Amino acid sequence: MSLGELIGLVLTDYTIRTVSIGSAALGAVAGALGCFALLRRQSLLGDAISHAALPGIVLAFLLTGSRAMPVLVLGAALAGWLGTLVVLGIVRNSRISEDAALGIVLSVFFGFGLVVLTLAQRRPTAAQAGLETFLFGQAATLLEGDVALIVVVGTAAVLVLALLWKEFKLLTFDREFAVSIGLSATRLDLLLTGLLVAAIVLGLQAVGVVLMSALIVAPAAAARQWTNSLSVMVALAGVLGAIAGAGGALLSSFASGIPTGPTIVLIATGAVGFSLLAAPERGLASRLVRDLRTRRRVQSDGVLADLYALACQHPGRTGHPHPVAVLKAMQRTRGGVERSLRRLEADGWAREVQPGEWSLTTAGLARARDGFRAELGADAPPVTGQRR
Amino acid sequence: MSAPAVVEIDDLTVAYRQHPVLWDIDLTVRAGALTAVVGPNGAGKTTLVKSIIGLVPVAAGRVRVLGRRYREVRREVAYVPQRGSVDWDFPTSVIDVVLMGSYGALGWIRRPGARERAAAVEALEKVGLEAFRDRQISQLSGGQQQRVFLARALIQNAQLYLMDEPFQGVDARTERAIVDVLKEIRTKGRTVVAVHHALQSVPEYFDDVVLLNVRKVASGGVEDVFTEENLRATYGGRVPFLQAVAGQGEP
Repeated sequence: MSLGELIGLVLTDYTIRTVSIGSAALGAVAGALGCFALLRRQSLLGDAISHAALPGIVLAFLLTGSRAMPVLVLGAALAGWLGTLVVLGIVRNSRISEDAALGIVLSVFFGFGLVVLTLAQRRPTAAQAGLETFLFGQAATLLEGDVALIVVVGTAAVLVLALLWKEFKLLTFDREFAVSIGLSATRLDLLLTGLLVAAIVLGLQAVGVVLMSALIVAPAAAARQWTNSLSVMVALAGVLGAIAGAGGALLSSFASGIPTGPTIVLIATGAVGFSLLAAPERGLASRLVRDLRTRRRVQSDGVLADLYALACQHPGRTGHPHPVAVLKAMQRTRGGVERSLRRLEADGWAREVQPGEWSLTTAGLARARDGFRAELGADAPPVTGQRR
Repeated sequence: MSAPAVVEIDDLTVAYRQHPVLWDIDLTVRAGALTAVVGPNGAGKTTLVKSIIGLVPVAAGRVRVLGRRYREVRREVAYVPQRGSVDWDFPTSVIDVVLMGSYGALGWIRRPGARERAAAVEALEKVGLEAFRDRQISQLSGGQQQRVFLARALIQNAQLYLMDEPFQGVDARTERAIVDVLKEIRTKGRTVVAVHHALQSVPEYFDDVVLLNVRKVASGGVEDVFTEENLRATYGGRVPFLQAVAGQGEP
């Protein structure tokens, strides 16, 4: 299927349009809220919440016998909340650190969830069929009502984020200062975590409990590489999340049998990988280029200094040539002598008097002397003066 | 004492896990003065400042700011945390951080507008960072970060400025710039309480001093209480900078 056909389907096919809109909205909300989770160093919290939601989903089904999304989402939210509270309780009342507490909650809740899921699937009725899609998600199972729920709750979450923007920003950047001007850090924490829980449980059907946290963290991590502004970061993460969500949902809907969670994660991770490599300023590529430039600069400065030192041995005869071999011996730890000489030549600071023999130009002499003066103050040795 | 008390602390005790950090502190900070809080590492200097604004749970005792409880006079107090307490890689700009100083007066939901911006620019000019207003904060040096925090406190336009190590890790030029700002605050009759490490600059920069080591050793005018004897009592005999004090403290 070509891209054109795909876009045609999204526009014309009702089911596919529903699924894409739902997944895109989900990705946008998760991406935007994920920025705060990332900056508050709570990426792992999202993972714990989503895993902790599994027993809530299954128990909600067992208690009500209904597989309607609002019922299951409520169960997931309650279990996710309970998991968060247990983490906080462990951290407050024991010496176990937060990452360990998150690990404990994640594995215990998820393990329990798998047990009740297995029990539920042994029931003789067919009503539980499809519960296991909550593990890895299946966007194709989203109904119109589910999408409406995602859009309504997601819009409300984004609205709260927009209204309390400066409060959340300050809380994330400088918690103590926020408290000092009277913001209730505890309440804002609860609210922000509540929004995160909402975004996570909304996504469980489409993305699954195992990989939902990737949709929270990955768009935010990718967006952070491209910008130094929080608002741009949140907007960009929302867009990336929407693309990953819709893209993953479409891919999994067409290739039969592939769960949605993994495809979303692959797309989002691709975005993170590309951003880490290619982003200007923070990206790996631009850092390598900068490091290389600095190294070359240090090398050519070193050769300039050596030529200057040699010139000091021949007072009054600035044009005296020195063989490359001598410079190489002086620069043995740095290397790149020939390249540095060519660079100095291009800058007009050195010239090749005869093949393989070099000397400083007058401009190069002045530059080397200024460089030494800057570093050593007035103690720089005079070039044309008497040798001591 | 003629000037009214800006901070009044009675019988304050603060403990972390049964381990006392501050023990039975009585302290009065007078208005219109620059007061240094000094003492060895772990003496509770930061905790003392935080307990004034309710950032740490108090085991016993009473703290009054401008004669009232802190939450009634928040607008009159500007707090400058330690520079290292925040992540300077946070995606935001210098002017945005300074504008955070206006959040308290703005209240919930309202955003800073033109008036707040003008105040922020003026504060940046005072600390010599006007050229850095749109700079990403991760590109700042330690001294510049400290001055950004100072500018944020300045737009709070407070009666009391509480600063945790404002001179920590800053270069000589920044230190002078900060001292100038502190003195300007004092000229307006406002009060500064600063946790301070470098003993040798206490007499030059500050009017009053609090010598602290879990208990309060002494407090009052620098010329009265900043003595070799008190410093020995505070630092347990190993005073990092005694020579400078020896000449002027003890008779």
